[in-house]
Amino acid sequence: MTSLNTHSDPVILEMRSITKEFPGVKALSEVNLRVKAGEIHAICGENGAGKSTLMKVLSGVYPYGSYTGDIVYQSEVQQFKDIRASEHAGIVIIHQELALIPELSIMENIFLGNEPTKRGVIDWAEARTRSTELLARVGLREDPETPIKEIGVGKQQLVEIAKALNKSVKLLILDEPTAALNESDSQHLLDLMLGLKGRGITSIIISHKLNEIEQIADSITIIRDGKSIETLNVKADGVDEDRIIKGMVGRTLESRFPDHEPKIGEVFFEVKNWNVGHPQVQDRMVCKNSNFFVRRGEIVGFAGLMGAGRTELARSVFGRSYGRFLSGHVYMDGKEVELKSVRQAIDAGLGYVTEDRKTLGLNLLDDIKETTVSANLKKVSKRNVIDANKVFTVAEQYRKSLRTKAPSVEEGVAKLSGGNQQKVVLAKWMFTDPELLILDEPTRGIDVGAKYEIYGIIQQLANQGKGVIVISSELPELLGLSDRIYTIFEGAITGVLNKDEASQENLMKLMTSARKTA
Amino acid sequence: MNALKKLFGGNTRQFGMIFALVALIIFFQIATDGRTLTPGNVINLFNGNSYILILAIGMVLVIIAGHIDLSVGSVAAFVGVCVALFIRDWGIPWYLGILMGLLLGVLIGAWQGFWVAYIGIPAFIVTLSGMLIFRGANQYVGKSNTIPVPSDFQKIGSGYLPEVGPTTGYNNLTLLLGLAAVAFVIFSEIRSRRTAKALGAEVPETWVSITKLVLICAAILYATYLFATGRPGTSFPIPGLILAALVIIYGFISSKTVIGRHIYAVGGNRHAAELSGVQSKKVNFLVMMNMSVLAGLAGMIFVGRSTASGPFDGVGWELDAIAAVFIGGAAVTGGVGTVIGSIVGGLVMAVLNNGLQLLGVGADLTQIIKGLVLLIAVAFDVYNKTQGKKSIIGLMFKNFGRSSEMKPDETTSTKEVISKGA
Repeated sequence: MTSLNTHSDPVILEMRSITKEFPGVKALSEVNLRVKAGEIHAICGENGAGKSTLMKVLSGVYPYGSYTGDIVYQSEVQQFKDIRASEHAGIVIIHQELALIPELSIMENIFLGNEPTKRGVIDWAEARTRSTELLARVGLREDPETPIKEIGVGKQQLVEIAKALNKSVKLLILDEPTAALNESDSQHLLDLMLGLKGRGITSIIISHKLNEIEQIADSITIIRDGKSIETLNVKADGVDEDRIIKGMVGRTLESRFPDHEPKIGEVFFEVKNWNVGHPQVQDRMVCKNSNFFVRRGEIVGFAGLMGAGRTELARSVFGRSYGRFLSGHVYMDGKEVELKSVRQAIDAGLGYVTEDRKTLGLNLLDDIKETTVSANLKKVSKRNVIDANKVFTVAEQYRKSLRTKAPSVEEGVAKLSGGNQQKVVLAKWMFTDPELLILDEPTRGIDVGAKYEIYGIIQQLANQGKGVIVISSELPELLGLSDRIYTIFEGAITGVLNKDEASQENLMKLMTSARKTA
Repeated sequence: MNALKKLFGGNTRQFGMIFALVALIIFFQIATDGRTLTPGNVINLFNGNSYILILAIGMVLVIIAGHIDLSVGSVAAFVGVCVALFIRDWGIPWYLGILMGLLLGVLIGAWQGFWVAYIGIPAFIVTLSGMLIFRGANQYVGKSNTIPVPSDFQKIGSGYLPEVGPTTGYNNLTLLLGLAAVAFVIFSEIRSRRTAKALGAEVPETWVSITKLVLICAAILYATYLFATGRPGTSFPIPGLILAALVIIYGFISSKTVIGRHIYAVGGNRHAAELSGVQSKKVNFLVMMNMSVLAGLAGMIFVGRSTASGPFDGVGWELDAIAAVFIGGAAVTGGVGTVIGSIVGGLVMAVLNNGLQLLGVGADLTQIIKGLVLLIAVAFDVYNKTQGKKSIIGLMFKNFGRSSEMKPDETTSTKEVISKGA
């Protein structure tokens, strides 16, 4: 709290000793937040630290009266009773899950709930002019009448911001805005935020990507276990990633990756001349003549920009669960295998941890024990009858060995934090006893402490002589974890680098250019 | 509380429904001056509702898998008329008739399952079409006539357990059945306590288990008494027997087998299930097919009870079955529900119907009341969850065990709540 009380920067928002309780849990306790007008203020903290709850208190999702403490905004104590009230005051929150309607056009989405009217009739001409203007401001070159479903997530994010600008926003809150974006879209978004700052709009950003925060934030408030720990002034305090991590976890992590001595054996899994078509579009290819192999005990990285075809490659190999299979061969231990369905792939010893935990990886209605055994019910059942005791024992065993934080294995997975959900998913795949485990963005949306543990689990699997493929958008993660890295660009493998020859620069180069020699 | 909840799959709404059912029975027993719990009326209640309850068993699986089946009434009617015709025109014995009826159910189910599972047409559309097709087919093959069935066949709809053994003044088989049920309940409770202890899981306190056992056994014995003391010639009805067998079989399948788990998985999150190696198409196909088989069975039981097949058999059954399932705690979005819950839901509706009838309330008012009960049962639950409060039912049982640690979303049965919170 060094140089915050300078007279030159008026404070736009001050949240004073905010306490919010849920039955049995104190989500926030005496949290303080001071945001100066015109700055970009980052909120950092591990998953479950209370960042989103704090933002929900601010935006009126949790109405006045359901928390204690004061929200002082533009020098007045506010009592927002719902989101409309906070929006009316100029506070707009953009959630991680975008609130756009896929079937409606960009223009209709921007003006949804706020339609320009002339005597009760929607004035589409006006809407068009204004949306063109707004799209120009956020740097999105699209026809305002394009349906939302036809543009990518990055562009959708921009539409959300345009929508916020239309509401004459003074304080913009972005919850994990770049979590689903690739590097160039993220950069564009960050530039846009700096641009908005130039126009006097204050922003609050919640993000796990500390490098981005370091890049754009003016101050950072760190929240840990529902308490505000400290507020850092980025320029004055010389803040770097390690400093932020230290605040978030309450200790310094000496290394972000556990130590690991690879014990690499012979090649046991190989994919040759793999060609897969796009599931809907006839002539489009998602995998072009791809070749790769995995050795026993090896952690192989797949690097590529979002949409490059990493997930598509992995899922098409995993029982053809994506796209139209055209041609190609899979060899395991030298013998060709046909993996036509997910079941066959699992039986052959493959596992695939999806990048999208909530929609593809978990049944949120299940509890921990049900999830743990869900990919290998055979092993816990006799003549198709499930042995409930075995299920319990197995789940308990994984809960202990992976150190999943939950009161019992009967806890619903929906109630776990991202990191613990991921551990349950890992347990589910470890229980299938795979020879090759494919992990797609294994640490997305997971906080630093849990990341470290998950890296440890991955390395442990490799030590047991399994092959592991890690797909990740975070290059430092791939560099820290993998023994060998393939780069993928537009559905084709463009290169392979060993751990010692790989760097962010040469990976990036291979990830963004087609291979010169075929 | 937890112990009691466990009995019904931990679903508070079902749990509440059990008590609503008991309260309802007591209320009508008093309001009708004891005419509700007479052997005659209870037997009647079972006979008159067994086919809806059988449909509810199939329907809950369909709904757990995330679908719906609107065709069950028409399918029941079509199978009923076909079997009546087979027996009358081909002169086949009753058991062959039943077998052919079930086979026909398989074929119809395969037809509907094919469109739902392999072509991917929403079950709502497929079965809406089925509703029209099979209603028409019933009237076409039956020429809209009433077709009588022989008395052998009528037994499956209106028969009773026979009198055997020494004259005790009671129906001996019914007594045996009741005692077997009591023994089974006690045995399984002891076993589950023992395994829970062995695993180091939470073991309900002894007095909770005992209270629970006493209550359940008392209920079973009282029911046994009622069934065993009906007017001469009556005892536990055959449709009730079929129903009980189906409840046990399907209850077991849905909660203890691999295919049961797969149904919940597909309904809960189809994509996640597929990526875990579940063959969702096969699951959907089987669930839809099973529904039609049970619809065929229900249709035959109804024909047996009413001694003839008619052109308007089974009209509106689908709605009764669906209502039973939702009162019993299933979620519209799939993934949630239990067989036993649906049976309780169906019984709530049946008792309501019966009690109002005994009170001389007209069909018009009865419908209004039933409609409101459905709405209120579900609304109560949804309201409590969205408010993040403890469920009313939970509060009712505050002093009945350990309910204080109940969390708001423990009763979750609609996925919206989860996605909102996540």
